[in-house]
Amino acid sequence: MKRLSSSTRAFLLAAALMVAIGWLEGARPGGLSLPRLTAGLVTLDLLIRAGVFTIILVGLNLLMGYAGQVSLGQAAFYGMGAFFSAILTVKTRNVGIPPALAGAWWWPWLVMGLGAVMVGGLAYLIGWVILRLRGHYLAMATLGLGIAVFIVLRENLGLPRLDLTGGFDGVVGIPRLRVGAYPLWPVHRYFLLVWAVALATVALGLNIVDSRLGRALRAIHHSQLAAETLGVDAPRYKAQIFATSAALASLAGSLYAHFQAAVVPATFGFVPSLELVLMSAVGGMASIWGAPLGALAVLLLEELLRTRLRLILPGTGGELEAVAFGLLLILVLLFWPRGLAGRVSGPLRRPTPARGAG
Amino acid sequence: MPSSRRSPLAGQWLGGVVPLLAVGLVLWGRRHGFGPTEYLQFLVDGLQAGAIYTLVALGFVVVHRVTGIINFAQGAFVMLGPMVTITIYGRDWPLPPAARLLLAAAVAVGLTAVVGVAVYRLAVHPARGASLLTKIMITVGVYVALQGMALLLWGPRSYVLPAFSTLQMADRTFALGDVLFKVQSLWIWATTGVAVALLTLFFERTMLGKAMRACAADRLAARLVGVRVDAMAAVAFALAAVLGAVAGIVVGPLTRPTYDMGLEIGLKGFVAAVMGGLVSFQGAVVGALLLGVLETLWAGVTLAGFRDLFAFVVLILLLLVRPHGFAGGEEGEGS
Repeated sequence: MKRLSSSTRAFLLAAALMVAIGWLEGARPGGLSLPRLTAGLVTLDLLIRAGVFTIILVGLNLLMGYAGQVSLGQAAFYGMGAFFSAILTVKTRNVGIPPALAGAWWWPWLVMGLGAVMVGGLAYLIGWVILRLRGHYLAMATLGLGIAVFIVLRENLGLPRLDLTGGFDGVVGIPRLRVGAYPLWPVHRYFLLVWAVALATVALGLNIVDSRLGRALRAIHHSQLAAETLGVDAPRYKAQIFATSAALASLAGSLYAHFQAAVVPATFGFVPSLELVLMSAVGGMASIWGAPLGALAVLLLEELLRTRLRLILPGTGGELEAVAFGLLLILVLLFWPRGLAGRVSGPLRRPTPARGAG
Repeated sequence: MPSSRRSPLAGQWLGGVVPLLAVGLVLWGRRHGFGPTEYLQFLVDGLQAGAIYTLVALGFVVVHRVTGIINFAQGAFVMLGPMVTITIYGRDWPLPPAARLLLAAAVAVGLTAVVGVAVYRLAVHPARGASLLTKIMITVGVYVALQGMALLLWGPRSYVLPAFSTLQMADRTFALGDVLFKVQSLWIWATTGVAVALLTLFFERTMLGKAMRACAADRLAARLVGVRVDAMAAVAFALAAVLGAVAGIVVGPLTRPTYDMGLEIGLKGFVAAVMGGLVSFQGAVVGALLLGVLETLWAGVTLAGFRDLFAFVVLILLLLVRPHGFAGGEEGEGS
């Protein structure tokens, strides 16, 4: 029998683990459950959010870690997907979708796919423009993009009479997904769906890395000029990977919307964008497996801060999270630039040393 | 810097894009039936916002010229100024309110300067050998950490800084013709004017200022003639922190400071600095005033809630025309 590559083994292991957790939570053999086994730390809720973030992070890692293009506004695409799903499944009357159509089981799935395609297409156009920027300019432009999308969502897309995004309060009552008459709920079924998509995304990412596109991206990261002299169409590849990452973020947003059943613009603002960057850095930017590792690690840390630290420092809540995010980001970048995945595997390239700042 | 030979407006194109934008916005405004009075009012309000952006933009320029990096934490300095001021002003020290406010502002500015130096020493300096991407994300991390600490210290509510003239929430206004002026605006213009003058004097006349200009011109050469480049970079961060804190304090009475006010004002200061070419002080001043006026006009003719979008639109327009930035020898590869 042919030996499986380490990546394939990791993939099968992860899939088996998820199926096992899904079964455990669904069947609850002997009263056992995930929170009981992990002293309340790991819940399906946390794992679902980790799965959603994994989908975004695969795209973000391809963009930042492989292509070397920073994005400080990735939550914008996440938010677009979430609101696209929310508006087209809840505010159907405001946009004139007939109830027969909106009630069909396949409608939310269609919207989800349509959203990913549209957000990806939009990102392709945006990417064509802003990925011409380098370094600080690109960072600021993507940061600005994130803020801009947040404002547009908060301001009802500038069309207050239609009331599509619900302003600050967002949209509530987003329906659960189902396949035919089979609902993807209770939560362990949804968990399996999210992680099936997440692992499929990881597989996609691994394939992109080893494809012509992946090699082109790494060449661009190393030196765009050198890549272009070798015939790599850098603007096109950069726009493609930007669009891919945006489409994945949009898909994640839709999945998140159908999970939470409610979305508010604040979930997709500046700090969430930074949270994504932090997860990417913790997991290891230049690694596809860094995506699930980073998402899980940061969410677990967040959970620890929320539950355990409150016992030591009473009266603190979410505030501490932001401080921890910022400090952790600095520390990881300074002392641990290759992240968790760099520990587990190893052969990924080191960050390129650049000229000193003074 | 004042001696910069570059055109204060980054290139010829700004002469084309900006008037076009202005004319477009004015024409758009006619739909609302705006007359000369409205436009004059927009101009006055815009120049007031622009004066604030000037201070923030100068902070970006100082740090960028001396160290070569963009300090994404600049917005946090703007937030710290008024928040610390309000906290100290709120103590019942046996001083007349005006003196208390002045003292509070001075302490806040000093404290922010200390924070600025700490940011440089603890976060930016250790990463001096890292890639540009890492440096960017480190200053972003600093911003998030500072904003988070502010949330921890002050909570999510908005605060009130008294107007400088009345020492109360309400400010006096006066009218010239049909155009309304707030007295606080005079304070803002005066402060910005004094700050720009002092900064110019500092860089033109003092040894320290000249040493910093030497770093900006050529770090290696500056080191060779005995300039302590690291110390100059720390001074640049302190200066940027002072400028940011002052901006936040003078605008405080008009905006109701919150822990997260730094993000958008920081982005706008950056856009203003980019409009001015990122290296030129005059350019930053002109860019900031232009941005303030155009943005106010934009907010007037579209939804008020869309005000903060404008800086982003301008940023994209600017960068479209000059995709590699304006500073000439900008960091080439985006690795």
